[in-house]
Amino acid sequence: MNAFNRLLTGAALGLALAVTSTSAMAETPPNMLVIAHRIDDITTLDPAESFEFAGSDVSRNVYQKLVNFDPLNLDAGYQPDIAESWDVSEDGKSITFNIREGLTFHSGNPVTAEDVEFSLRRAIILNKTPAFILTQFGFTPENIEETIVADGNTLTITTDKPYATSFVLNCLTATIGGIVDKKTVMEHDKDGDLGNEWLKTNTAGSGAYSLVSWKPNESVTLKSNPDFYLGAPAMERVVVRHVQESASQRLLLERGDIDVARNLNPEDVAGASSVDGVKIADELKGRLMYVSLSQKHPELSKPQVRQAFKYLVDYEGMRDSFLKGQYTIHQNFLPQTYLGASDETPFSFDVEKAKALLDEAGVSGLEIEVGVREAQERIEIAQSLQNALSQVGITMNITVGTAKQILARYRARELDVYLGAWGPDYPDPQTNAGTFAYNPDNSDEANATGLLAWRNSWDTGGLTEKTDAAVVENDTAKRADMYKEIQAEFRETSPFVIMFQQIEQSALRENVTNFSTGQAITSASYWQVTK
Amino acid sequence: MSDMTLRQWLLTDEPTSRRHARLASFYKGWLTLRSNSMAMVGLAILVILVLTALFAPFLAPHDPFVQSLSSRLLPIGAEGHLLGTDSLGRDILSRLIFGARITLYIVALVALIAPIAGLLVGTVAGYVGGWTDVILMRITDIFLAFPRLVLALAFVAALGAGIENAVLAISLTAWPPYARMARAETLTIRSTDYINAIRLQGAGPFRIITRHIWPLCISSLIVRVTLDMAGIILAAAGLGFLGLGAQPPSPEWGAMISEGRRFILDHWWVATVPGLAIFTVSLAFNLLGDGLRDALDPKDGGQ
Amino acid sequence: MALAERPTEGRRSAPLIHWIKSILKTLGTIAITMLGLLFVTFIIGRVMPIDPVLAIVGERASQSTYDAVYQQLGLDKPLLVQFGYYLWDVLHGDFGDSLLNARPVSEDIARVFPATLELATLGVLIGIFLGVPLGVIAAVKRGSWIDQIARVVALVGYSMPIFWLGLMGLLVFYGILGWVGGPGRLDIFYEDLVPTRTGLILLDSALAQDWDVFRNALSHIILPAALLGYYSLAYISRMTRSFMLEQLSAEYVITARVKGLSERQVIWRHAFKNIRVQLITVIALSYANLLEGSVLTEIIFSWPGIGSYITTALLSADMNAVLGGTVVVGLIFICLNIFSDLLYRFFDPRSK
Repeated sequence: MNAFNRLLTGAALGLALAVTSTSAMAETPPNMLVIAHRIDDITTLDPAESFEFAGSDVSRNVYQKLVNFDPLNLDAGYQPDIAESWDVSEDGKSITFNIREGLTFHSGNPVTAEDVEFSLRRAIILNKTPAFILTQFGFTPENIEETIVADGNTLTITTDKPYATSFVLNCLTATIGGIVDKKTVMEHDKDGDLGNEWLKTNTAGSGAYSLVSWKPNESVTLKSNPDFYLGAPAMERVVVRHVQESASQRLLLERGDIDVARNLNPEDVAGASSVDGVKIADELKGRLMYVSLSQKHPELSKPQVRQAFKYLVDYEGMRDSFLKGQYTIHQNFLPQTYLGASDETPFSFDVEKAKALLDEAGVSGLEIEVGVREAQERIEIAQSLQNALSQVGITMNITVGTAKQILARYRARELDVYLGAWGPDYPDPQTNAGTFAYNPDNSDEANATGLLAWRNSWDTGGLTEKTDAAVVENDTAKRADMYKEIQAEFRETSPFVIMFQQIEQSALRENVTNFSTGQAITSASYWQVTK
Repeated sequence: MSDMTLRQWLLTDEPTSRRHARLASFYKGWLTLRSNSMAMVGLAILVILVLTALFAPFLAPHDPFVQSLSSRLLPIGAEGHLLGTDSLGRDILSRLIFGARITLYIVALVALIAPIAGLLVGTVAGYVGGWTDVILMRITDIFLAFPRLVLALAFVAALGAGIENAVLAISLTAWPPYARMARAETLTIRSTDYINAIRLQGAGPFRIITRHIWPLCISSLIVRVTLDMAGIILAAAGLGFLGLGAQPPSPEWGAMISEGRRFILDHWWVATVPGLAIFTVSLAFNLLGDGLRDALDPKDGGQ
Repeated sequence: MALAERPTEGRRSAPLIHWIKSILKTLGTIAITMLGLLFVTFIIGRVMPIDPVLAIVGERASQSTYDAVYQQLGLDKPLLVQFGYYLWDVLHGDFGDSLLNARPVSEDIARVFPATLELATLGVLIGIFLGVPLGVIAAVKRGSWIDQIARVVALVGYSMPIFWLGLMGLLVFYGILGWVGGPGRLDIFYEDLVPTRTGLILLDSALAQDWDVFRNALSHIILPAALLGYYSLAYISRMTRSFMLEQLSAEYVITARVKGLSERQVIWRHAFKNIRVQLITVIALSYANLLEGSVLTEIIFSWPGIGSYITTALLSADMNAVLGGTVVVGLIFICLNIFSDLLYRFFDPRSK
């Protein structure tokens, strides 16, 4: 509390007495959930194409999947959804799903094995960005006739190797595993696009909600599906409104004009939590904040320099100040709660140690460039790092750009240092192992722009093979150990300085219960929410 | 002349030389300006700004770049930090003082580039006429029709963020009005007897434009630039606000507001202090410009 | 001009030809300017180091997905060919689809432009109704305290960082006092209650006679509109003062005063009448500036207008959207400019 706030509060009280009618607290209708969120990242609603956070939120509530997560018990892992049960073949390559009876799409059409077959095949034929989540099992447009097959009430998928069943099923919980209404979609087929054009802005699912409208950069409105097989949702209408500024979101929440504010910064969370009628919910997310060093750089590729950087991050200082409550220190590439995750944090802020390491490597007067995208917390992390580096005689120039600008240079292997975030694509350790510690061909020509190890020109020093081996290990405990081993080596040798794992803080009106943003493994769901 | 004071010499009605006449008219302008107290306040603020920028290292109580995460977001009046500290624990007053340099730098560069570019295009178009005029004026129109911040954004995005590019981008959006103004003035001057006489004496177009037309356009240009200065500072701040101006950890005022706006509800001073600084300097330029217009513009001045 | 000055022989046909010629010339000017505008935007879009393909496919895409989209967008063709294709489409009224949300850009603009139009119109009206009288009074009472106050009010308006003022206004009038609506155009439960006819919510709700929605929309628009209004007030009042001073010192005003006309008649009947045209030019310019969409105001007030639309598109390399938005904004600017030019020619005695 400070003088200014006291003054304003005083003024407000006085005026509130004078004009009570106008300043009465607003309230949202009891059957409606209103959320403020940044949704400018939505580019498409087609589950075969959608790959952004806010888009996944919509998909999770509109489309059912073969297996899915229960928002009230996320720790339980994947649960039956459209698939009532499943069997794995002897050789471990085929999984047969038994489709649940009596489900219907919003159109009224029944949900059949044929719809499931169509949805998965469609995702592979369209080959949009997230397609790799499925094609990594060896599915191709040429072989789907044999590998994804519906037969009566069952659907069988056949992979090219005996992957861990948990790995396959975890991938099917991703947005791309959403099941669409074949009949409705094909009615909107345009020049053989399998309804892609239409599904970008419309939905044809069987989930708890259906889409009323999506106005880009403005709002997404959903209405409940009274026939949802888990029971009609309590919130009959859900409106997600795009509100860019944290301060605006907080004001809306405090005034009672919205139920949930999803993008409050630490200061606004602290401020809002002391307001009557507002509560804060913390959820650990899968997103990691990291710094990486290009191994093309003659100095940055020295092992001691890589080590030194890990001692030049003021982990605690940042966590306790401008990242307060929204990031926790994490120094491994698998986020906490993932299979095989490790909570070892051997590195701490130690300038002397870093200095010694740099001397050992014979590095002095280094000048490097870091690329950061325009996001305040990242810019502040960069400045803190810059400050620490200057203490050991390294000059780091910060280049701030839009996300696309910085990313393009990162993918082209042009940045000395990159500071950014990485979120898992599906809730299986392979999602991060396969990008941080996997790089089969480190040449420029390989153009493996999707792999973080490649972007930093790092050949992984043998971790690629270990990652390959872990994917096909079907003994879960053994598999977890393999990842722990990979991470132990990665921590010491890799050019990645993994610093923090994100905690999403949602600010809610007191009466909102059961709201979930899906923790580290999935997206937000609304059907279990009550007020 | 010996028994004349300087003041009398400057106020004479019978100038003895061209230089004398020019100095005298400047002095009269200055007197008008000086009688306008508001303009003088503006001028004083700007002088202070220049001095602050010059002596920044001596004035600033702290290093503007030194961080201290343990003493972040201190309020105004905190011990050792008169205007508090920002999100990384840097002293706001010191950053403000060093930021004055950047502001001056932006202002000076834009004030050089934009009016000169505009003057060049405008006078050439106006004097040469014909197709040259049509083409130059269409180009001017095109740039004028662009949404200003969008054009600046596009250029910064194309050239990369940074203070120099921000200056270029702002100049690029600022020159068209000057071109139009210079053209209009040139059109009226071009057909005067005075220019005709010079032309008869054999002066070439280059000489006429640079020696005779430009000097006549200058005074209205100066007024206009001073009045636009506030807009330029605000545009630079706007770019900083969107993260496309000066790069961190540079204490550019707009970027400081942008950094501080996250705390506006609880730590209002972090954004408000640089906001007030921008406001004060813009206001100073406006006051001065307004005064200059009254002093130099024959249309409504000198009554 | 030359035509008009010639002695009139064919009294009937000459003005007609003159008219047609000048209209054709005007249209030609618009066309050329628009073409240039398009070309410059197009080039900016192409030289920007933001990869539109990346914007579509995202960070994780495989190279084959990337290549497919690259070709689909025609980026493998020469620049001029690409521009040619684009121009062809635009001439057929097709701005293409937004790269990012896959909808026709024209549809997007039809959605966002009314929001800006509504805000800008209200803003400029505030600017006119407060700015013009303020300017006139300041000129009449030149040097008095009213003049000084008017000067300060106007210059403060010029000098205030609008985003700071916006945030503070929101905090005080919405957050603490609750006098006005929050960010956005309507409270969420009022949304979609009245049919969209014009896209201007105030007008739509008035047409539907749904006064609750009207009141709510008004409470949301009033703060950003006042902010923009203040800014245009500053400009309009300064210009009005300047024009009025010029008139008040003119011969005819002195004559009128000598004749014994009342001060009021002198000011409003004579001086003010003569600055109308100049004033319209200023107002048109001010209006055009607001119609460009005040990006910063729109961001702070979550106002889904054209300014933030173009900016967002630009920063994510959605060039079709940027081009479409710029064309619309540019066209409005040019039209308003020509409109005020024409007014000038018709009403200004000197240019006849």
